[in-house]
Amino acid sequence: MLNRLLVACLAFASLAVQADLDITVVGGAKRAQPIAVVPFSQGPGQPADVAAIVAADLDRSGQFLALARNDMKGFDPLPTSEPQVDYRTWRALGQEALVIGNVQALPGGGAKTVAELYDVFRTQKILTVEATATRPTEWRSMAHKVADQIYEKLTGTRGVFDTRIAYITSMQVSGRRQFKLIWADADGENPREIARSFEPLLSPAWSPDGKRIAYVTFEGGRSKIIIQTPATGDYVTFLGEKGINSAPAWTPDGSRLVVTLSFQKNSDLYVIDVATKSRRRLTDSFAIDTSPTVSPDGRTVAFLSDRSGSAQIYTMSIDGGEAKRLTFEGRRNEQPRFAPDGKTLALVNYDASGYRIGLVDVASGVMRLVSSGPLDEGPSFAPNSAVVIYTRQGGSGAELATVSTDGSVRQRLRHTGDVREPAWAPYAKP
Amino acid sequence: MLNNKWFACATLALAAVATGCSSTGDKNANGSAEAVKPTTPSQGSAAAAPSGKTSVTTPASTQSIVYFDFDSSDLKPESKDVVAAWAKYLTANPTAKAQLQGNTDERGTREYNLALGERRSAAVSSALQSAGVAASQLELTSNGEEKPVALGHDEASWSQNRRVEIVGQ
Repeated sequence: MLNRLLVACLAFASLAVQADLDITVVGGAKRAQPIAVVPFSQGPGQPADVAAIVAADLDRSGQFLALARNDMKGFDPLPTSEPQVDYRTWRALGQEALVIGNVQALPGGGAKTVAELYDVFRTQKILTVEATATRPTEWRSMAHKVADQIYEKLTGTRGVFDTRIAYITSMQVSGRRQFKLIWADADGENPREIARSFEPLLSPAWSPDGKRIAYVTFEGGRSKIIIQTPATGDYVTFLGEKGINSAPAWTPDGSRLVVTLSFQKNSDLYVIDVATKSRRRLTDSFAIDTSPTVSPDGRTVAFLSDRSGSAQIYTMSIDGGEAKRLTFEGRRNEQPRFAPDGKTLALVNYDASGYRIGLVDVASGVMRLVSSGPLDEGPSFAPNSAVVIYTRQGGSGAELATVSTDGSVRQRLRHTGDVREPAWAPYAKP
Repeated sequence: MLNNKWFACATLALAAVATGCSSTGDKNANGSAEAVKPTTPSQGSAAAAPSGKTSVTTPASTQSIVYFDFDSSDLKPESKDVVAAWAKYLTANPTAKAQLQGNTDERGTREYNLALGERRSAAVSSALQSAGVAASQLELTSNGEEKPVALGHDEASWSQNRRVEIVGQ
């Protein structure tokens, strides 16, 4: 365990220059599987140490314990091809899995990685992985793709290393609070700014193809919904009605947004066509209706309403009709988010222990609380539906945290300022 | 102590915002200096200073904030003087306008709190209209939990943040 911490600290120290978020694994109930990721055969001075990124990814997942390179010193040479693999020695080092590989640089700054995964006990190769980069800036992504495939082979769950997360930071800048909407790789590296303002930014929501992001800005003093393409910076002010414009949620086909508007008296839900802006009112209640989320089949909207007297989650058809109450546990339930697989709904539950993240099984309605509170909010599912990222109040301000949906693995993601409102982007379409 | 310091920063920031926004009219540009007096920490800083052009002047900043209980938009009895002062001013000056800026504490989700802040603005609006103020004189906005005046994570801070600020336009 101590070794593990040391390895983690060293890894973070070496990466801290680039990273926007410091990520630490803070809990794992399951036994982490020992894995040795041997330095890949690659030339000097290349854009990334591919094996180091693969090892860091697997280690950070909490499900693997990557062997430190210092502990591989006994091998001379380190294996880079199958005939060099000496299973007995790796087994003696307590390793269960072994990864070796080659990185071939291509003209134009690209590269091709071929890696092999071995089962040390069964003494056989169980996977060959290929991933490519077309320019130097894609090398890290190439490494994450290798890690994703190894992760999937060993756990049965698709990896989320080669994905991105948007979040909002808030820092004092010459006496004023500045808000930034940032977009970074899932390991906190490669942060890029989408928007900045001295007025609050909130509720980022990725389009299903991951190419656009909708969010709320108070720039100009009032809430507005922006749709922006981070890759180009292009944006439009999509909605700026009188009153509240908030809580954008995309339909799975990306053609519509379900949003909260209050220009007709109070907060109700509307379905807005993204191309034409034609709109249809979905709820018409005297109560607060907000925080919509659309099921992956596009048919159901879950949302917060306090029509019963306290905030609870309701579901209704996206075509309208009766709303049905989904949650009854706890004093309040807020901010529902469908998992990409549609089986689970994450939400914010409030009871005597404060605000915590709950996971509701959509079929049975049974809720499990997976965070400790007391001020947790903003759940967002990873695209593999196996991890939820959310905001918690840490010792030095707001920070992000992740929890696997089985509750076994937890991470904290800290920023120098407050960081919150995470939105995990979907898988990039090939 | 820390809270007080934070509060002073927040007040300064708010005052700066309020001053920056007052670019259209006859607002007192020195309002921010008055607003950060440490002796009146629980009062808002964003209220407009009196213009002096009308017979009934804009209520003072100490008379411009309505506070609420947790997750409630019900007006409390102690708010009636604030509502009465603004009703008196707005009915005596039918061309005057006021913005009702709703705010919440940090608890709960940002999206719900945006809606709750607006509901608090609406509650103050209803009270003012019951006292004879025309709806056209009132503009309702909500900052949700985004613009706290106190930054602690306890009831002492939360109670200051659950508020509607009435700002003369």
